[in-house]
Amino acid sequence: MSKLKYALFTGCTAKQSTPELLSSTLAVADKLGIEIVILEEASCCGASHLQDFDEFLAHVLNARNICYAEKLGLPMITICNTCQLNSAMTKHALDTNPELKAKVNEKLAEVGLEYKGTSEIKHFLYALIEDYGLENIKDKVEVPLSNFNIAPFYGCHNIRPSELHHSSNGGENPYVPTSLDDLIDALEGHPVDYSHKNKCCGFHVELQANHTSEVLSGNAMVDAIDNNADLMVTPCPLCHLKMDTYQDSTGKVVGRDIELPVLHMPQMVALALGCSEEEIGLNFHVQKATQLYNEAR
Amino acid sequence: MSDTRKVTIKAFRFNAETDYLPTYKEYEMEVGKDELILDLLNRIKWEHDGSFSYRRSCRHGICGACGIKVNGKPVLSCKENAMELLDLFNNELVFEPQSKKRAIKDMIIDKKDFWDKHAAIKPYVETEVDPHPEHESKQSIEEFNKVLDADLCIQCGSCHYACPVVEANEEYFGPAAFVAAYRFTVDTRDNAGDERLEKTAQMGPGVWDCVKCYECAEACPKEINPIEKITKLHNLQFERGVAQSNVATRHAEGFVRSIRKHGFLDEADIVVYSEGYLNMYKHIPTAIKMLKAGKIHFSDTLPWVDNVPKSKNLDEIQKLIDISMTNKL
Repeated sequence: MSKLKYALFTGCTAKQSTPELLSSTLAVADKLGIEIVILEEASCCGASHLQDFDEFLAHVLNARNICYAEKLGLPMITICNTCQLNSAMTKHALDTNPELKAKVNEKLAEVGLEYKGTSEIKHFLYALIEDYGLENIKDKVEVPLSNFNIAPFYGCHNIRPSELHHSSNGGENPYVPTSLDDLIDALEGHPVDYSHKNKCCGFHVELQANHTSEVLSGNAMVDAIDNNADLMVTPCPLCHLKMDTYQDSTGKVVGRDIELPVLHMPQMVALALGCSEEEIGLNFHVQKATQLYNEAR
Repeated sequence: MSDTRKVTIKAFRFNAETDYLPTYKEYEMEVGKDELILDLLNRIKWEHDGSFSYRRSCRHGICGACGIKVNGKPVLSCKENAMELLDLFNNELVFEPQSKKRAIKDMIIDKKDFWDKHAAIKPYVETEVDPHPEHESKQSIEEFNKVLDADLCIQCGSCHYACPVVEANEEYFGPAAFVAAYRFTVDTRDNAGDERLEKTAQMGPGVWDCVKCYECAEACPKEINPIEKITKLHNLQFERGVAQSNVATRHAEGFVRSIRKHGFLDEADIVVYSEGYLNMYKHIPTAIKMLKAGKIHFSDTLPWVDNVPKSKNLDEIQKLIDISMTNKL
């Protein structure tokens, strides 16, 4: 296999509240011999909120991010579902609407950039599965995760709208997603089947509609717990933040005690590949997760 | 390979007048490759149990009567090929009404909440009409194109009952009502625009409670993409000066403030800016937990300390904001 090389769009959370996401991503890439160039020029994707305020501005900023991947001649990978969605939506809008593309490029020209549409954009989860391959990952497992029942939580923005994502997520069906289950399987963990795996965590209305947010994340976590999950894993740091940080208050809203470690997808892979405790960064979780490092062994 | 497949279909059975709890009954049948879900509903009734109840009418995907859920996936029965769903769900199909808690009989639900919300946003052009017009009320192609595909909605309820917010928050208008709100708000003949837009701007019932899950986009059998119209309603509130300053609108606008300063989002500042200092007490327990875990640092909260990472070539980002931004709060 020729060496894989990607431009990494880190997003904001991996640089701030979830440093463990960035360190585990880089550790996994290193273990698998995947070359990563971090897009230090990139800005925030707007996280759907800037899009609510000024859709055109959001397209301009996302197009600028993609320009830097294009300049490197590399596919862009994301480690956040919401970054993936917003970058892919801009790419789709510009690639299918020449008038909008021209308008955006008129702005980008002012800073010496041009959006061409030459870089593919995919989430790291699908780069691992589609490009690197599950069989190859299996060969690299040093610490099988056979001690754990792991609940995959897919996160909306990697799977819906399916038409937008199908070119980059291996045709994942949003009603029957399988990629994370397959990855857990490859790492020799036990995937938990539960009906909320493809549902919303409520993160985006955490501030303005707190009750809704708590009900959605609570329903999902309780469903995972009731199906014997020891931990949950998600490719999205926003799902992670919602579900890891607020278990006390969420539990009160849904009337249940909730104690469930929530791992980032790259943390789970890093654990199985035998990366160091520091790289996996379980100490950065609000819900205690550090015990998993030894429990896996 | 044979063109037919022998399968067992499970269907939700419930009669609100006589039953306390629903049951699931199984029906065996040979399914042909061109059969639709509606054909299978008909066959349950015609070949197995005449009391099985569901709504149907046009059989052409325009009346919106026959929406149900199959294995949790919202479908318009008369548009959905049965074999494709059998492939997707590993030959096990479960037929359920769009909303189990609203079930009246089997697949038939009480759609009152849907119709009430739809009616409440005035899904029609409101204007003074000359009783003796000299000509039709004309629309140019450009004016019509603003409506996008929102005019194609058949009020089937697929998106409404796929929306998790509709279930968690009774006040919430829901995606179908927002599609209609968008469709008539951008209609140049309409005079109720701002009044309608104000309804969509309310906290609780309005678009700011949308969780961005894209269930509606996935559910729509007419491929309308309701959340695209929800985003446009958000933008229209700012464009037309309808948006009031509140936690949600400041949260949206606050992204510009962060991005201009750092390129990245300042995660602490966006919460303070959206909530206002006086409301920050709500976040103290969470902040303490995040501090303990090393997710945030005490100095993040000090206005004179800047811990936020900066994008390289930040001047480009600032210039692009200056020349591209059109809306304001």
